[in-house]
Amino acid sequence: MQDLGIRVLIEGNNLYRLMGGLLVTVKIALISVIISIIFGIPFGIVMTSKNKLLRLVCRAYLEAVRIIPVMVWLFIFYFGVPKLTGIHLAGDVVSVIVFSIWGTAEKGDLVRGAVTSLPKHQKESGKAIGLTNVQIYRYIIIPQSVRRLLPATINLVTRMIKTTSLVVLIGVVEVLKVGQQVIESFVLQSPSASFWVYGFIFFLYFIICYPISLFVRKLELRWKE
Amino acid sequence: MDIDFILEISSLYLEAGKFTLKLAFIGIILSLLIGIFCSLVNYYKVKFLKKIVNWYIELSRNTPLLIQLFFLYYGLPKVGIKLGAFTCAVIGLAFLGGSYMAEAFRGGLEAVSKAQIEAGLSLGLTKAQVTRYIIFPQALAVSIPSIGANAIFIIKETSIVSAISLKDLMFVTKDIIGIYYKTNEALLMLVVAYLIILLPLSLLLTYVERRLRYAGFGN
Amino acid sequence: MALLEVIGLNKYFDGFHVLKDISFSVEKGEVVVILGPSGSGKSTLLRCINGLEEIQSGQIKLNGEVINEDSTKWHLIRQKIGMVFQSYDLFPHMTVYENILLGPLKAQKRDKKEVARQAEELLDRVGLLDRKNFYPRQLSGGQRQRVAIVRALCMNPEIMLFDEVTASLDPEMVREVLDVMLELAKEGMTMIIVTHEMEFAKAVADRIIFIDGGEITEVAEAQEFFTQPKTERAKNFLNIFNFKEYKKGVDNNEKI
Repeated sequence: MQDLGIRVLIEGNNLYRLMGGLLVTVKIALISVIISIIFGIPFGIVMTSKNKLLRLVCRAYLEAVRIIPVMVWLFIFYFGVPKLTGIHLAGDVVSVIVFSIWGTAEKGDLVRGAVTSLPKHQKESGKAIGLTNVQIYRYIIIPQSVRRLLPATINLVTRMIKTTSLVVLIGVVEVLKVGQQVIESFVLQSPSASFWVYGFIFFLYFIICYPISLFVRKLELRWKE
Repeated sequence: MDIDFILEISSLYLEAGKFTLKLAFIGIILSLLIGIFCSLVNYYKVKFLKKIVNWYIELSRNTPLLIQLFFLYYGLPKVGIKLGAFTCAVIGLAFLGGSYMAEAFRGGLEAVSKAQIEAGLSLGLTKAQVTRYIIFPQALAVSIPSIGANAIFIIKETSIVSAISLKDLMFVTKDIIGIYYKTNEALLMLVVAYLIILLPLSLLLTYVERRLRYAGFGN
Repeated sequence: MALLEVIGLNKYFDGFHVLKDISFSVEKGEVVVILGPSGSGKSTLLRCINGLEEIQSGQIKLNGEVINEDSTKWHLIRQKIGMVFQSYDLFPHMTVYENILLGPLKAQKRDKKEVARQAEELLDRVGLLDRKNFYPRQLSGGQRQRVAIVRALCMNPEIMLFDEVTASLDPEMVREVLDVMLELAKEGMTMIIVTHEMEFAKAVADRIIFIDGGEITEVAEAQEFFTQPKTERAKNFLNIFNFKEYKKGVDNNEKI
């Protein structure tokens, strides 16, 4: 039988299936990013608080999350937590939990960086022209922080999407798993399927992440001035 | 928690830890070499090569390592390129880490003032000598914190090579969970192993960062 | 034969004609000071002479040999032309000693013992031998600039170029640097100096080249230039440095 070659991608509903798998990945990434932003902002502001103990606790959380590879966290939540608590969670739920924990730490650190990097006299000159504290945040601190934060936050999305590729290793059926299934079912018609399918997935990730990275760079360049 | 069991499996973790370190070490060294090369190509705006380097950096930064590994290990043999799992992992890590290291060196090179090049040239040094004796050492000193952070990043990234059946810490853990169902013990050892590797490095990095921030040459 | 000869040098920068048909020569042992308003192209001219700037036409000759035509040989030529910059540009990651030894050892591949002896001698002469193992950031501006001069001298150059070497120094440190240069002049070093220190120029120069708007408008013996400048532009330029007429209660309007 003749090798289908690259046509394996469009054979049957293969393309549709692969895209469906990709959607699972992207969904996990986006839900995790949203949760990370929701929790990350207050977390970051708390990290700038004057309370030493509070700061220490936050710091410990951040460092603990960072020093252990995400893959290990996935294992802990996928294999360890059910064993300890008896609650069995599906792979995708575990993924969202782990990525949210990780993302909250990262987003929090970004927020902390943005707030503390604002020069002190910004707040003081706000006071000097008679603004209230709320007005200072509304008109001075928040707009400037957002400018500093937005590029890095969008960057977090691409990092999240790339990291989401790991969920296949805890049994989530996403694009890589669908790819494996396609390769297996077409092993006879298309012996070279794994080259094309994995190459295609590689390409898919690139065309999702590259425009986002490009956009971030444009944004950074424009806001530099 | 089964202490005897932990002791029993600790030798497995020692082996796997050594493997993880070996893989990471080779990956870091190659990443450094690729990073230095790419950043110098960009710094001196070498025609043609610059284009290739920039495409490489984009590809590397916008695709996950896991997908790179699958493509290298399962995809390439179908077109006649057969590489061992270890080779694939090394290539993948270097491919990924190279662009991160290039970014680290870019920052360092930009921190060296152009006047330093002219001062070197006016002493009759060749361009290569100026790079080697004047630009490179200064750029390296500035880049050390980012290089350290990237090294830690690369070590952490090795945690997925079990996907192409390499026997690293994750592989051993999964094995033990599968065979003995001693999940807690296996995971504990996994975390401990990574902490033993990463914690000292991370502390060292914090220390170096703090020192570099307040000092320059001659302190 | 002149040691250095510049013939019909033209330099364009972004479409601007920054150096226009520059020709002059410097004899062995001569000290030439280039004066002119800022932005007139003095520094650019110095930088052209040791190949840091490309020129579009003209010739630069050292000992009768054209040096600007083969760009691959500049590193050899530059070993004979010492240059000192306004911003010192010492290498911050090297000690004073290492800064000085780098060129002679790596570019000229000379014997380390011999170079080390020369370096110490030179450092001693500028009064910095005890700073040998210091890093640049541990030195004052004046000290750094003296080290930069020694660094260039240790290459045994045939000619030295000084590009506004006191311009970024605090006033109290200017003297220590100028003294080193006066000393060099006395010993017969061939030098081209760009400076804004008029009194120093008067003291050190054999000849003055006055540049304005990218062209040489006047060349004269130092004495003559300062007492009887020929061109209107040179007169105006010299007046800028003259405060004597500006006294309280004196009407200066006619001067303007």
